[in-house]
Amino acid sequence: MLQATEEKASGRRALLVSAIYGVWGLVAAALGAPAAVYLLFPPRTKKVEEWIEAGRADSLRLRVPEELVFRRNRVDGWKVTSDKTSAWVVKMAPGHVVAFAPQCTHLGCAYHWDEQKQQFLCPCHTSTFSLDGSVTSGPAPRALDRFESRIADGKILIGAVRRSGHA
Amino acid sequence: MPEMKRRIGDWLEHRTGIETAVRNFLYEEIPASSGWHQVFGSIALFLFLVQAFTGILLAFNYAPTPGEAYNSLKYIVTELTGGVMVRGLHHWGASMMIVVVVLHMAQVFLYGAYKKPREATWGVGVVLLLLTLAYGLTGYLLPWDNRAYWGTVVATEIAAKAPLVGPYLQRLTASENGIGVVTFARFYALHVLLLPPATMILIAIHVYLVRKHGVAPAPDEKAPRKRFFPEQVFRDTMAIFCAFVILFALAVAVRVPLGRLADPTDSSFVPRPDWYFLFLFQILKFFDGPLEVFGSVVLPAVAVLLLFLVPFLDRTPAVRVTRRTFAMSVVGVGALGWAGLTVAAIATTPKQVEVAEAGGPQDWQQLSPEELAGIGYFRRENCASCHSLAGGGSSIGPNLTATSIRKSAAWMIEHFKNPAHLVPGTSMPPIQLNDSQLNALAAFLLKLNPSNAAALQSAPEVVVDGAMIYQSRRCGACHQINGVGMKLGPPLDGLGKRRTREWVIEHFLDPQKLSPGTIMPPYRFNNREMDHITSYLMMLK
Repeated sequence: MLQATEEKASGRRALLVSAIYGVWGLVAAALGAPAAVYLLFPPRTKKVEEWIEAGRADSLRLRVPEELVFRRNRVDGWKVTSDKTSAWVVKMAPGHVVAFAPQCTHLGCAYHWDEQKQQFLCPCHTSTFSLDGSVTSGPAPRALDRFESRIADGKILIGAVRRSGHA
Repeated sequence: MPEMKRRIGDWLEHRTGIETAVRNFLYEEIPASSGWHQVFGSIALFLFLVQAFTGILLAFNYAPTPGEAYNSLKYIVTELTGGVMVRGLHHWGASMMIVVVVLHMAQVFLYGAYKKPREATWGVGVVLLLLTLAYGLTGYLLPWDNRAYWGTVVATEIAAKAPLVGPYLQRLTASENGIGVVTFARFYALHVLLLPPATMILIAIHVYLVRKHGVAPAPDEKAPRKRFFPEQVFRDTMAIFCAFVILFALAVAVRVPLGRLADPTDSSFVPRPDWYFLFLFQILKFFDGPLEVFGSVVLPAVAVLLLFLVPFLDRTPAVRVTRRTFAMSVVGVGALGWAGLTVAAIATTPKQVEVAEAGGPQDWQQLSPEELAGIGYFRRENCASCHSLAGGGSSIGPNLTATSIRKSAAWMIEHFKNPAHLVPGTSMPPIQLNDSQLNALAAFLLKLNPSNAAALQSAPEVVVDGAMIYQSRRCGACHQINGVGMKLGPPLDGLGKRRTREWVIEHFLDPQKLSPGTIMPPYRFNNREMDHITSYLMMLK
């Protein structure tokens, strides 16, 4: 008789304990899930994809890179800011330009064109890139990133940046 | 595996004593009479933690300045997944916190649990109630919409009228010259830097005192004491769960309003405090003139003092709750009075009118489409967050009704594109609009003067958007409105008197059908564009 009540009591206790764990687990999930989504999902902001005029095509010499500076709009959280940006632009052939993003693909330093050695040189860890952006030496893991670019009415238009695949 | 777990547990216990601490906490002995009526303190603590959690999440994407608060909150609720949920939990959590804290207090009061030796526990509890209200007061300003702005204007005005301390309170809230950046910074600092640690310390003291004196037993209690775990923990957990389900449902189902950006020149807005302060607001109406300060400051101060004094005024020995008829009537009268005042306050609150009544020609109806579209860009770029359009209120940038008449359109457009160029040292960001949009904005500002600012600002959203569409589609290349535009097609003034809405919509879709031989091309608008441009055309006088 006594044993039966004791068993009943411990069964009830186990039920209460599992209910407590269950409810707190549920509450934690119901708070944690929205928090995770809120912090990890990218904002629904539409990307500003626009073509920006960076200069005139006829001012470039064939196969001589030139750093062109232009302003572009960037969506930054709840603001749209107008940032100064640059691109290394090379006229590969008449009517065809390539625009490289101005950061080294290793750690993001600004590189420049070495006129004598005819290569792009990053001063941070001496990565070098050839005229077409491919890595010739140093730690850079892949070729220079490129902006989409085209020529219209003699103007150089710069679009979105595209990550390069490999070296 | 169980062996491993035991060894880790032993190691931790030996270094920290955590197991003993948890055991002591859970196996604390409580009176046999403890039960469902004692769950409110735990719910309040839980809600405080939810507020801290959601508050931190909001702060991750919120910029606490009048220039950006509104935009960043709008970003949270429109662009971030789960943003509405997080804000909803924080908003409704604040309201529930008030409800639960008051219920907790009412329970302690009814049961006489404040009696000797628990006077200090009660006193700390009253301070915690005041802190809860302080969160509500300071947090109300942070969305920086009209509701927030005007509610805080009234609150700081009331504080300023307090006898003796009024001017100091006004100085502390930096509200002598209206609500602006400084007041905002102080409210934010109070809300996130001062109040939370203060609350945590006081909760710790409160809980420590409860543990020190033990949970108050029933006066004639004979039954052996029982343990806090698992039975009472189960009750607390279930009560917390119920509260959480309600909170979650509110956050999911009831949209928290984010009104128009705070506008110090909006004379049509009727400020009201949050629901839990409505009774105070209503009490104010009973006191006129010199007596006003009695209702706004003296009466609430006396009420708070009485709350603190409860354990000292009632020193009778403890009796059973069912025999505490006087305490019951106090709670009953208090609840009825509160409910009556709140209902009366709600009943006398007029519905907010956002669109001006139709009637004679409004000032905005005399604007050209370009000028009207300029109002749209003015709103879209949130110019009003820095520039006030009339005297008074916050002003980070100059009042535009006063300055714009002295500037030319060329100056303005140059200034919009590169503010620091013409006004060195300005904190105004460049405006990201194209040339024709900037022209529209400048055209609107040129029309602006101190006497028509409010009337122009009242132009309905739909109509302004319609004018923006009219501009971007270059309708003015053929049509004329208010004397502006070409006369290649018919002038559109008074179109609403000549044609029906349906006719206009059909005409957009297929002009040839209704006007054979016309050179107007068909327009394929989306639903919103069609609705707005038609609304605009129909309102032309």
